Amino acid sequence: MSLKGRHLIDPNQLSLAELDNIITLGLEIYRNPNHYREICKGKILGTLFYEPSTRTRLSFESAMLRMGGTVLGFSDANTSSAKKGESIADTIRVLDDYADLLVMRHPREGAPLLASQYATVPIVNGGDGGHQHPTQTLTDLITIHHNKGKIENLKVAFCGDLLFGRTVHSLLKTLSRFPNMEFVFISPSELKIPKHLKDEVIKSNNVEIVETTFLEKHMSEIDILYMTRIQKERFFNEEEYVKLKDSYILDLQKLRNAKEDLLIMHPLPRVNEIHPEVDTDTRAKYFEQAKLGVYVRMALMALQLGVIESC
Amino acid sequence: MLEVTSIHKGIVIDHITSGKGLKIFQKLNLDKISSPVVLLMNVSSKTLGKKDVIKIQDEVDLDLTMLGLIDQNITINLISQGEIAEKRQVKLPVKVKGLFECKNPRCITSVDDYAQSEFTLVPNGKIQYRCHYCEELTEYKL
Ligand SMILES: [Zn+2]
Repeated sequence: MSLKGRHLIDPNQLSLAELDNIITLGLEIYRNPNHYREICKGKILGTLFYEPSTRTRLSFESAMLRMGGTVLGFSDANTSSAKKGESIADTIRVLDDYADLLVMRHPREGAPLLASQYATVPIVNGGDGGHQHPTQTLTDLITIHHNKGKIENLKVAFCGDLLFGRTVHSLLKTLSRFPNMEFVFISPSELKIPKHLKDEVIKSNNVEIVETTFLEKHMSEIDILYMTRIQKERFFNEEEYVKLKDSYILDLQKLRNAKEDLLIMHPLPRVNEIHPEVDTDTRAKYFEQAKLGVYVRMALMALQLGVIESC
Repeated sequence: MLEVTSIHKGIVIDHITSGKGLKIFQKLNLDKISSPVVLLMNVSSKTLGKKDVIKIQDEVDLDLTMLGLIDQNITINLISQGEIAEKRQVKLPVKVKGLFECKNPRCITSVDDYAQSEFTLVPNGKIQYRCHYCEELTEYKL
Protein backbone atom coordinates (compact mmCIF):
# COMPACT_ATOMS: atom_id res chain seq x y z
CA MET A 1 0.00 0.00 0.00
CA SER A 2 1.22 3.48 -0.80
CA LEU A 3 2.26 5.80 2.01
CA LYS A 4 1.07 8.83 0.08
CA GLY A 5 -1.21 11.01 2.19
CA ARG A 6 -0.98 8.73 5.21
CA HIS A 7 -0.35 9.76 8.81
CA LEU A 8 2.33 8.17 10.97
CA ILE A 9 1.25 8.12 14.59
CA ASP A 10 2.43 4.69 15.73
CA PRO A 11 5.18 2.59 14.08
CA ASN A 12 2.85 -0.40 14.13
CA GLN A 13 0.68 1.33 11.53
CA LEU A 14 3.38 0.33 9.08
CA SER A 15 3.57 -3.19 7.72
CA LEU A 16 6.94 -4.93 7.60
CA ALA A 17 6.99 -4.34 3.83
CA GLU A 18 6.34 -0.63 4.34
CA LEU A 19 9.06 -0.41 6.99
CA ASP A 20 11.41 -2.11 4.59
CA ASN A 21 10.44 0.31 1.84
CA ILE A 22 11.15 3.38 4.01
CA ILE A 23 14.47 1.98 5.22
CA THR A 24 15.64 0.95 1.76
CA LEU A 25 14.78 4.36 0.36
CA GLY A 26 16.45 6.06 3.35
CA LEU A 27 19.68 4.17 2.68
CA GLU A 28 19.46 4.95 -1.03
CA ILE A 29 19.15 8.68 -0.24
CA TYR A 30 22.01 8.38 2.28
CA ARG A 31 24.26 6.97 -0.43
CA ASN A 32 23.17 9.33 -3.20
CA PRO A 33 21.91 12.51 -1.54
CA ASN A 34 22.48 14.64 -4.63
CA HIS A 35 19.81 12.77 -6.58
CA TYR A 36 17.19 13.88 -4.10
CA ARG A 37 18.15 17.52 -3.59
CA GLU A 38 15.16 18.99 -5.33
CA ILE A 39 12.42 16.41 -5.00
CA CYS A 40 10.46 18.47 -2.45
CA LYS A 41 10.81 21.82 -4.19
CA GLY A 42 7.70 23.84 -3.42
CA LYS A 43 6.70 21.64 -0.47
CA ILE A 44 6.34 23.03 3.03
CA LEU A 45 6.87 21.15 6.27
CA GLY A 46 5.06 22.54 9.31
CA THR A 47 6.72 21.79 12.67
CA LEU A 48 4.29 22.04 15.57
CA PHE A 49 6.43 21.61 18.67
CA TYR A 50 4.31 22.08 21.77
CA GLU A 51 7.35 21.23 23.85
CA PRO A 52 10.95 21.85 22.90
CA SER A 53 12.94 19.04 21.36
CA THR A 54 15.68 20.65 19.39
CA ARG A 55 17.21 17.46 18.05
CA THR A 56 14.02 16.00 16.68
CA ARG A 57 12.92 19.32 15.20
CA LEU A 58 16.29 20.00 13.55
CA SER A 59 16.39 16.48 12.17
CA PHE A 60 13.02 16.99 10.46
CA GLU A 61 13.97 20.48 9.26
CA SER A 62 17.28 19.28 7.88
CA ALA A 63 15.51 16.41 6.13
CA MET A 64 13.05 18.74 4.40
CA LEU A 65 15.69 21.32 3.49
CA ARG A 66 17.91 18.58 2.03
CA MET A 67 15.09 17.72 -0.36
CA GLY A 68 14.65 21.34 -1.49
CA GLY A 69 11.52 22.04 0.55
CA THR A 70 10.95 24.74 3.14
CA VAL A 71 9.87 24.70 6.78
CA LEU A 72 7.79 26.81 9.11
CA GLY A 73 6.47 26.27 12.59
CA PHE A 74 6.83 26.93 16.26
CA SER A 75 8.88 25.29 18.97
CA ASP A 76 7.25 26.61 22.09
CA ALA A 77 3.50 26.48 22.57
CA ASN A 78 3.53 29.46 24.95
CA THR A 79 4.90 31.99 22.51
CA SER A 80 3.01 30.72 19.49
CA SER A 81 -0.45 31.14 18.09
CA ALA A 82 -1.33 27.75 19.55
CA LYS A 83 -1.80 29.33 22.91
CA LYS A 84 -2.94 27.54 25.98
CA GLY A 85 -6.52 26.46 25.95
CA GLU A 86 -7.00 26.29 22.21
CA SER A 87 -8.05 22.85 21.10
CA ILE A 88 -5.71 20.92 18.85
CA ALA A 89 -8.63 20.48 16.48
CA ASP A 90 -8.86 24.27 15.96
CA THR A 91 -5.11 24.72 15.60
CA ILE A 92 -4.99 22.01 12.96
CA ARG A 93 -7.99 23.33 11.05
CA VAL A 94 -6.02 26.57 10.58
CA LEU A 95 -2.45 25.32 10.13
CA ASP A 96 -3.49 22.48 7.87
CA ASP A 97 -3.61 24.95 4.99
CA TYR A 98 -0.16 26.38 5.68
CA ALA A 99 1.87 23.26 5.02
CA ASP A 100 1.90 20.05 2.97
CA LEU A 101 2.93 17.86 5.90
CA LEU A 102 2.90 18.47 9.64
CA VAL A 103 5.09 17.03 12.36
CA MET A 104 3.74 17.36 15.87
CA ARG A 105 5.57 17.02 19.17
CA HIS A 106 3.27 17.22 22.19
CA PRO A 107 3.58 16.46 25.91
CA ARG A 108 0.09 14.90 25.93
CA GLU A 109 -0.23 11.27 24.90
CA GLY A 110 -2.56 10.82 21.95
CA ALA A 111 -2.33 14.48 20.80
CA PRO A 112 -0.99 13.65 17.30
CA LEU A 113 -3.74 11.07 16.85
CA LEU A 114 -6.31 13.73 17.69
CA ALA A 115 -4.60 16.10 15.24
CA SER A 116 -4.75 13.47 12.50
CA GLN A 117 -8.53 13.31 12.87
CA TYR A 118 -8.79 16.95 11.76
CA ALA A 119 -5.94 17.19 9.27
CA THR A 120 -6.14 16.85 5.52
CA VAL A 121 -2.35 16.73 5.15
CA PRO A 122 -0.26 13.90 6.63
CA ILE A 123 0.61 14.22 10.32
CA VAL A 124 3.80 12.70 11.71
CA ASN A 125 4.01 12.04 15.43
CA GLY A 126 7.26 13.64 16.59
CA GLY A 127 6.82 12.22 20.10
CA ASP A 128 3.78 12.31 22.39
CA GLY A 129 4.65 12.21 26.08
CA GLY A 130 5.87 8.79 27.10
CA HIS A 131 3.81 7.11 24.41
CA GLN A 132 5.19 6.90 20.88
CA HIS A 133 8.06 8.26 18.86
CA PRO A 134 7.80 6.46 15.52
CA THR A 135 10.56 8.35 13.69
CA GLN A 136 13.01 7.44 16.46
CA THR A 137 12.04 3.82 15.85
CA LEU A 138 12.61 4.28 12.11
CA THR A 139 15.99 5.82 12.94
CA ASP A 140 16.87 2.80 15.08
CA LEU A 141 15.72 0.36 12.40
CA ILE A 142 17.68 2.00 9.59
CA THR A 143 20.79 1.95 11.80
CA ILE A 144 20.34 -1.76 12.45
CA HIS A 145 19.72 -2.49 8.78
CA HIS A 146 22.67 -0.38 7.64
CA ASN A 147 25.07 -2.14 10.00
CA LYS A 148 23.70 -5.68 10.03
CA GLY A 149 22.28 -5.86 6.51
CA LYS A 150 19.06 -7.29 7.94
CA ILE A 151 16.55 -6.97 10.76
CA GLU A 152 15.99 -10.56 11.85
CA ASN A 153 17.77 -13.30 13.79
CA LEU A 154 19.29 -10.80 16.17
CA LYS A 155 19.82 -10.80 19.91
CA VAL A 156 19.12 -7.30 21.15
CA ALA A 157 19.90 -6.04 24.66
CA PHE A 158 18.19 -2.96 26.06
CA CYS A 159 19.93 -1.35 29.01
CA GLY A 160 18.85 1.42 31.38
CA ASP A 161 15.44 2.82 32.18
CA LEU A 162 13.18 0.23 30.60
CA LEU A 163 10.13 1.28 32.60
CA PHE A 164 9.68 4.81 31.27
CA GLY A 165 11.87 4.61 28.18
CA ARG A 166 9.56 5.46 25.32
CA THR A 167 12.16 4.80 22.64
CA VAL A 168 12.77 1.32 24.05
CA HIS A 169 9.06 0.45 24.16
CA SER A 170 8.47 1.61 20.62
CA LEU A 171 11.52 -0.14 19.18
CA LEU A 172 10.87 -3.32 21.14
CA LYS A 173 7.28 -3.60 19.92
CA THR A 174 8.40 -3.10 16.35
CA LEU A 175 11.40 -5.44 16.53
CA SER A 176 9.27 -8.20 17.99
CA ARG A 177 7.37 -8.31 14.69
CA PHE A 178 10.52 -9.39 12.86
CA PRO A 179 11.46 -13.09 12.66
CA ASN A 180 13.59 -14.88 15.26
CA MET A 181 14.44 -12.04 17.58
CA GLU A 182 15.77 -12.49 21.11
CA PHE A 183 15.79 -9.80 23.76
CA VAL A 184 17.82 -9.16 26.89
CA PHE A 185 16.46 -6.57 29.32
CA ILE A 186 19.11 -5.02 31.56
CA SER A 187 17.77 -2.68 34.22
CA PRO A 188 17.56 -2.05 37.95
CA SER A 189 14.61 -3.87 39.47
CA GLU A 190 12.79 -0.54 39.94
CA LEU A 191 13.00 0.23 36.23
CA LYS A 192 12.11 -3.13 34.72
CA ILE A 193 10.23 -3.35 31.45
CA PRO A 194 6.45 -3.10 32.13
CA LYS A 195 4.81 -6.49 32.46
CA HIS A 196 2.05 -5.79 29.94
CA LEU A 197 4.65 -4.91 27.34
CA LYS A 198 6.70 -8.01 28.10
CA ASP A 199 3.61 -10.22 27.80
CA GLU A 200 2.65 -8.56 24.55
CA VAL A 201 6.11 -9.05 23.08
CA ILE A 202 6.34 -12.68 24.14
CA LYS A 203 2.90 -13.46 22.79
CA SER A 204 3.41 -11.63 19.51
CA ASN A 205 6.07 -13.89 18.12
CA ASN A 206 7.05 -16.37 20.79
CA VAL A 207 10.28 -14.48 21.24
CA GLU A 208 12.91 -15.41 23.79
CA ILE A 209 13.55 -12.90 26.53
CA VAL A 210 15.96 -12.68 29.45
CA GLU A 211 15.90 -10.17 32.30
CA THR A 212 18.96 -9.25 34.33
CA THR A 213 20.39 -6.43 36.42
CA PHE A 214 23.96 -6.95 35.19
CA LEU A 215 25.16 -5.25 32.06
CA GLU A 216 28.01 -7.65 31.34
CA LYS A 217 26.15 -10.90 31.93
CA HIS A 218 25.09 -11.56 28.33
CA MET A 219 27.65 -9.30 26.64
CA SER A 220 29.32 -12.06 24.65
CA GLU A 221 26.07 -13.26 23.05
CA ILE A 222 24.36 -10.06 21.99
CA ASP A 223 24.33 -8.49 18.52
CA ILE A 224 22.97 -5.09 19.53
CA LEU A 225 23.33 -3.14 22.76
CA TYR A 226 20.78 -0.35 23.04
CA MET A 227 21.78 1.98 25.88
CA THR A 228 19.43 4.53 27.45
CA ARG A 229 19.71 7.13 30.15
CA ILE A 230 18.94 6.38 33.77
CA GLN A 231 17.77 9.42 35.63
CA LYS A 232 18.63 9.74 39.27
CA GLU A 233 15.14 10.99 40.13
CA ARG A 234 13.63 7.69 38.99
CA PHE A 235 15.12 5.96 42.01
CA PHE A 236 13.39 5.55 45.32
CA ASN A 237 16.58 5.57 47.30
CA GLU A 238 19.91 7.21 46.77
CA GLU A 239 21.87 4.15 47.90
CA GLU A 240 20.37 1.98 45.17
CA TYR A 241 21.16 4.60 42.56
CA VAL A 242 24.78 4.91 43.66
CA LYS A 243 25.15 1.14 43.62
CA LEU A 244 23.76 0.75 40.12
CA LYS A 245 24.78 3.88 38.28
CA ASP A 246 28.34 2.69 37.71
CA SER A 247 27.35 -0.78 36.56
CA TYR A 248 25.42 0.79 33.69
CA ILE A 249 28.27 2.93 32.47
CA LEU A 250 29.51 1.26 29.35
CA ASP A 251 33.29 1.38 29.01
CA LEU A 252 35.87 -0.59 27.05
CA GLN A 253 36.50 -2.90 29.99
CA LYS A 254 32.85 -4.02 29.93
CA LEU A 255 33.09 -4.58 26.20
CA ARG A 256 36.05 -6.94 26.33
CA ASN A 257 33.92 -10.06 25.83
CA ALA A 258 31.58 -8.48 23.31
CA LYS A 259 31.29 -9.60 19.70
CA GLU A 260 33.49 -7.87 17.15
CA ASP A 261 30.46 -6.74 15.21
CA LEU A 262 28.37 -5.68 18.20
CA LEU A 263 26.26 -2.64 17.39
CA ILE A 264 26.18 -0.07 20.20
CA MET A 265 23.24 2.30 19.95
CA HIS A 266 21.79 5.15 22.02
CA PRO A 267 18.93 7.50 21.16
CA LEU A 268 20.96 10.48 22.55
CA PRO A 269 21.46 12.72 24.37
CA ARG A 270 23.70 10.66 26.57
CA VAL A 271 24.76 11.83 30.00
CA ASN A 272 27.32 9.43 31.39
CA GLU A 273 26.03 5.97 30.52
CA ILE A 274 28.58 5.54 27.73
CA HIS A 275 32.15 6.49 28.56
CA PRO A 276 33.71 8.76 25.92
CA GLU A 277 36.48 6.18 25.42
CA VAL A 278 33.89 4.00 23.66
CA ASP A 279 33.19 6.69 21.03
CA THR A 280 36.18 5.77 18.89
CA ASP A 281 35.44 2.03 19.06
CA THR A 282 34.23 0.85 15.66
CA ARG A 283 31.21 -0.75 17.32
CA ALA A 284 29.88 2.60 18.58
CA LYS A 285 27.22 3.77 16.15
CA TYR A 286 25.17 6.31 18.10
CA PHE A 287 26.36 9.34 16.17
CA GLU A 288 25.80 7.55 12.89
CA GLN A 289 22.36 6.69 14.25
CA ALA A 290 21.52 10.40 14.67
CA LYS A 291 22.80 11.07 11.16
CA LEU A 292 20.77 8.26 9.60
CA GLY A 293 17.71 9.70 11.36
CA VAL A 294 17.75 12.59 8.89
CA TYR A 295 17.80 10.24 5.87
CA VAL A 296 15.05 7.99 7.13
CA ARG A 297 12.90 11.08 7.75
CA MET A 298 13.64 12.22 4.18
CA ALA A 299 12.45 8.85 2.90
CA LEU A 300 9.33 8.90 5.06
CA MET A 301 8.30 12.42 4.07
CA ALA A 302 9.05 11.86 0.38
CA LEU A 303 6.75 8.81 0.43
CA GLN A 304 4.01 10.57 2.42
CA LEU A 305 4.11 13.55 0.08
CA GLY A 306 4.01 11.21 -2.88
CA VAL A 307 7.06 12.77 -4.57
CA ILE A 308 8.45 9.24 -4.63
CA GLU A 309 6.07 6.30 -5.00
CA SER A 310 8.35 3.58 -3.66
CA CYS A 311 11.87 2.44 -4.30
CA MET B 1 -45.73 -7.28 47.77
CA LEU B 2 -45.61 -3.87 46.19
CA GLU B 3 -47.26 -3.99 42.80
CA VAL B 4 -46.57 -1.80 39.84
CA THR B 5 -48.85 -2.23 36.89
CA SER B 6 -47.26 -3.59 33.75
CA ILE B 7 -46.56 -1.18 30.96
CA HIS B 8 -48.04 -1.26 27.49
CA LYS B 9 -45.02 0.04 25.66
CA GLY B 10 -41.51 0.74 26.86
CA ILE B 11 -38.40 -0.76 28.41
CA VAL B 12 -38.03 -2.95 31.48
CA ILE B 13 -34.53 -3.31 32.86
CA ASP B 14 -34.78 -6.45 34.93
CA HIS B 15 -32.56 -8.61 37.17
CA ILE B 16 -30.46 -5.71 38.39
CA THR B 17 -28.37 -6.77 41.37
CA SER B 18 -30.09 -5.36 44.41
CA GLY B 19 -28.61 -1.96 45.26
CA LYS B 20 -27.39 -1.10 41.77
CA GLY B 21 -30.72 0.20 40.49
CA LEU B 22 -30.21 3.74 41.70
CA LYS B 23 -26.75 3.95 40.10
CA ILE B 24 -28.19 2.86 36.78
CA PHE B 25 -31.03 5.32 37.19
CA GLN B 26 -28.47 8.09 37.62
CA LYS B 27 -26.07 6.90 34.90
CA LEU B 28 -28.88 6.74 32.35
CA ASN B 29 -30.04 10.22 33.43
CA LEU B 30 -33.56 8.90 33.96
CA ASP B 31 -34.38 11.82 36.23
CA LYS B 32 -34.17 14.03 33.14
CA ILE B 33 -36.61 12.26 30.86
CA SER B 34 -40.23 13.25 30.57
CA SER B 35 -41.74 9.76 30.32
CA PRO B 36 -43.02 7.93 33.40
CA VAL B 37 -40.27 5.91 35.09
CA VAL B 38 -40.26 3.68 38.14
CA LEU B 39 -37.35 2.31 40.07
CA LEU B 40 -38.18 -0.75 42.14
CA MET B 41 -35.68 -1.74 44.77
CA ASN B 42 -35.32 -4.99 46.67
CA VAL B 43 -38.08 -6.79 44.83
CA SER B 44 -38.08 -10.53 45.51
CA SER B 45 -36.62 -12.64 42.73
CA LYS B 46 -36.61 -16.38 42.16
CA THR B 47 -33.04 -16.46 40.88
CA LEU B 48 -31.40 -13.56 42.73
CA GLY B 49 -33.34 -13.53 46.01
CA LYS B 50 -33.63 -9.78 45.73
CA LYS B 51 -33.34 -7.56 42.72
CA ASP B 52 -33.92 -4.04 41.44
CA VAL B 53 -36.06 -3.30 38.40
CA ILE B 54 -36.48 -0.16 36.30
CA LYS B 55 -39.56 0.35 34.14
CA ILE B 56 -39.69 3.10 31.57
CA GLN B 57 -42.92 3.83 29.78
CA ASP B 58 -42.99 4.88 26.12
CA GLU B 59 -40.20 4.80 23.61
CA VAL B 60 -37.14 6.50 25.00
CA ASP B 61 -33.82 6.73 23.20
CA LEU B 62 -31.26 5.47 25.69
CA ASP B 63 -27.69 4.27 25.32
CA LEU B 64 -27.89 0.97 27.14
CA THR B 65 -24.28 -0.04 26.34
CA MET B 66 -23.11 0.84 29.82
CA LEU B 67 -25.47 -1.60 31.52
CA GLY B 68 -23.02 -4.38 30.68
CA LEU B 69 -20.32 -2.50 32.54
CA ILE B 70 -22.42 -2.13 35.64
CA ASP B 71 -24.07 -5.51 35.97
CA GLN B 72 -23.92 -8.42 33.58
CA ASN B 73 -26.92 -10.18 35.08
CA ILE B 74 -29.27 -7.57 33.70
CA THR B 75 -31.95 -8.43 31.16
CA ILE B 76 -33.53 -5.79 28.99
CA ASN B 77 -37.13 -6.37 27.94
CA LEU B 78 -38.51 -4.25 25.17
CA ILE B 79 -42.27 -4.05 25.61
CA SER B 80 -44.67 -3.47 22.80
CA GLN B 81 -48.46 -3.80 22.94
CA GLY B 82 -48.29 -5.10 26.49
CA GLU B 83 -45.97 -7.98 25.62
CA ILE B 84 -42.26 -8.63 25.64
CA ALA B 85 -41.30 -7.98 22.05
CA GLU B 86 -37.59 -8.54 22.59
CA LYS B 87 -35.47 -9.88 25.42
CA ARG B 88 -31.83 -8.84 25.48
CA GLN B 89 -28.95 -10.04 27.63
CA VAL B 90 -26.41 -7.36 28.34
CA LYS B 91 -22.76 -7.89 27.52
CA LEU B 92 -19.52 -6.18 28.38
CA PRO B 93 -19.26 -3.62 25.60
CA VAL B 94 -16.21 -4.07 23.37
CA LYS B 95 -16.09 -0.41 22.34
CA VAL B 96 -16.96 2.34 24.79
CA LYS B 97 -17.17 6.05 24.01
CA GLY B 98 -17.34 8.76 26.62
CA LEU B 99 -18.79 6.73 29.49
CA PHE B 100 -15.76 7.00 31.73
CA GLU B 101 -12.41 8.72 31.76
CA CYS B 102 -8.93 7.52 30.92
CA LYS B 103 -6.93 7.14 34.12
CA ASN B 104 -3.71 8.36 32.49
CA PRO B 105 -3.17 11.96 33.66
CA ARG B 106 -0.91 12.60 30.64
CA CYS B 107 -3.61 11.59 28.17
CA ILE B 108 -4.88 14.19 25.71
CA THR B 109 -8.48 13.28 26.63
CA SER B 110 -7.96 14.83 30.06
CA VAL B 111 -7.38 18.33 28.66
CA ASP B 112 -8.87 18.63 25.19
CA ASP B 113 -12.64 18.78 24.78
CA TYR B 114 -12.40 17.48 21.22
CA ALA B 115 -10.77 14.27 22.41
CA GLN B 116 -13.68 12.27 23.71
CA SER B 117 -12.48 9.23 25.61
CA GLU B 118 -12.79 6.08 23.57
CA PHE B 119 -11.85 2.58 24.67
CA THR B 120 -11.59 -1.01 23.53
CA LEU B 121 -12.06 -3.94 25.91
CA VAL B 122 -8.87 -5.91 26.56
CA PRO B 123 -9.66 -9.64 26.65
CA ASN B 124 -7.77 -10.47 29.84
CA GLY B 125 -10.55 -11.51 32.22
CA LYS B 126 -10.57 -8.17 34.04
CA ILE B 127 -12.79 -5.30 33.01
CA GLN B 128 -9.92 -3.37 31.46
CA TYR B 129 -10.17 -0.96 28.58
CA ARG B 130 -7.39 0.34 26.34
CA CYS B 131 -7.52 4.05 25.57
CA HIS B 132 -7.76 4.86 21.89
CA TYR B 133 -5.47 7.88 22.34
CA CYS B 134 -2.74 6.94 24.82
CA GLU B 135 -3.17 3.10 24.90
CA GLU B 136 -3.09 3.00 28.71
CA LEU B 137 -5.36 0.51 30.41
CA THR B 138 -8.17 1.74 32.62
CA GLU B 139 -9.99 -0.64 34.89
CA TYR B 140 -13.68 0.13 34.92
CA LYS B 141 -15.16 0.64 38.34
CA LEU B 142 -18.60 2.02 38.98
ZN1 LIG C 1 -5.84 7.84 27.41
